[in-house]
Amino acid sequence: MSILQALDIGLAVLVLAVAAWTIFAREAFAAVVAFVAYGLLLSLVWVRLFAVDVALTEAAIGSGVTGVLLIGAAGRLRQAKKSAASEQPSKPLRVWAFVLCVLVTLALAVVVLSLPDPAPTLAPEAAQNLAGTGLGNPITGVLLAFRSFDTMLEKVVLVLAVVGVWSLASDRYWGGAPGTSRSAEPEGTRALLAQLLPPLGILIGVHIVWVGADEPGGAFQGGAILAAMWMITMMARLTEMPPISSVWLRLALISGPAVFVAIGVAGIAMAGGFFAYPAGFAKPLILFIEGFMTLSIAVTLPILVGGPPQRLPRR
Amino acid sequence: MTLVLDIFSIIAICAGTFFFFAGTVGLLRFPDSLSRLHALTKADNVGLGLIVLGLLPLTESLLASLKLVATWALIQLASATTAQLIARALRRSGQVP
Amino acid sequence: MTDFLLSSAGFILFTVAVGLVRILGGPTNADRVMATQLLGTGGITSLLLVATATGVRGVDDVALGLALLAAFAAIAFVDNAAAPEPDDGEGANDR
Repeated sequence: MSILQALDIGLAVLVLAVAAWTIFAREAFAAVVAFVAYGLLLSLVWVRLFAVDVALTEAAIGSGVTGVLLIGAAGRLRQAKKSAASEQPSKPLRVWAFVLCVLVTLALAVVVLSLPDPAPTLAPEAAQNLAGTGLGNPITGVLLAFRSFDTMLEKVVLVLAVVGVWSLASDRYWGGAPGTSRSAEPEGTRALLAQLLPPLGILIGVHIVWVGADEPGGAFQGGAILAAMWMITMMARLTEMPPISSVWLRLALISGPAVFVAIGVAGIAMAGGFFAYPAGFAKPLILFIEGFMTLSIAVTLPILVGGPPQRLPRR
Repeated sequence: MTLVLDIFSIIAICAGTFFFFAGTVGLLRFPDSLSRLHALTKADNVGLGLIVLGLLPLTESLLASLKLVATWALIQLASATTAQLIARALRRSGQVP
Repeated sequence: MTDFLLSSAGFILFTVAVGLVRILGGPTNADRVMATQLLGTGGITSLLLVATATGVRGVDDVALGLALLAAFAAIAFVDNAAAPEPDDGEGANDR
């Protein structure tokens, strides 16, 4: 057995062990920390599978933003603990859930292992036609040229998620800002981090978006890093969450999907098909779309983490 | 020249691995949370720094080396500050006299 | 050289695993937040070693992103770790 195989087996066992810890942890906080650990280890697995774009997304969103979302939820649940205790699922229900999960896992394993070798795939066709788009990264080519329709719909789903979260507000808070109004002074240590990290983070985030055309990277990953930087300044109380009625916020949220759809519709006139790019113009258009997508994602993710408005709107 | 660089890399990476080992031993053996925090953040960072040093000759371009050094600097900054934050949280939760 | 890099990566992953076992069961939540630090340094180190050994490109960006996000996760978690009742002014104690 070569060292690489031993490393892979060790990594797989570690990932499974951390996953088991996440499921069997007693408290929500411990489970969320284990989940973030699981996500970070999983990005190592993706690198081993030579999928660096997915590793970046896993680290940024699977561990970073989702971890913060879950920890906020765990904190709110802790406050509502007494009323939630009566809503714990019963033991038979949990056993059935476990059995169902095991069955689904086995079914997936059987399906994946019984695929013909080589597995049916469109990768060779995508690689051959990549030169026509002017991009060097096949993943960006698939996301923004060959299957751009799916990507556009994903961005619309993000807007729908924001609508869903905001609709949880009670009537009197509509138009206000998310988050309770706790201590409003910036704290020393967090303020230091919030002043040093975001400039670097913005540089790195924009770099990842730009370089995604030819190397691993892309709008989603860069946008998630920008979102994390904004959230750091908010956690240090250097900036506040904007009220949901603010116009620039709403414009930023919809700019990504709106620009995407506009270019897709314009493709009918300019290139003969919905979401077709005129020849030679594909790369500039794609970068243009990615810029607005990054803005939308960077604004959407903190809004989703912030939750429904809980402060009265200012008149 | 390549042999010298390779030996340098190997020595640096071995030293870094030793520091990771020391950090984990500290993590396991130290009696209270603050010392464990210290072992974790300080020893592991030095380990990372030495390994980054050892990987520098193996990079392909100047930009890649700069990114490695930037990663290490970022981790130094971030872990020093979060060690402070965690220590305060430990004090607030009553772990420290 | 490749074998050496991979063995170092494996050893560091092993130390991360052992450290995780110790931390995740730690007495308080603030202990558990240290897991983000452990994975931040240890995880990035093994990532860089494995990537250099297997010749994967573009991993330096993943390492940069991970460094940023480990700090971000640590701040967010510490905010929620030692605050059982966050609305009674406990946050004012460490000024």
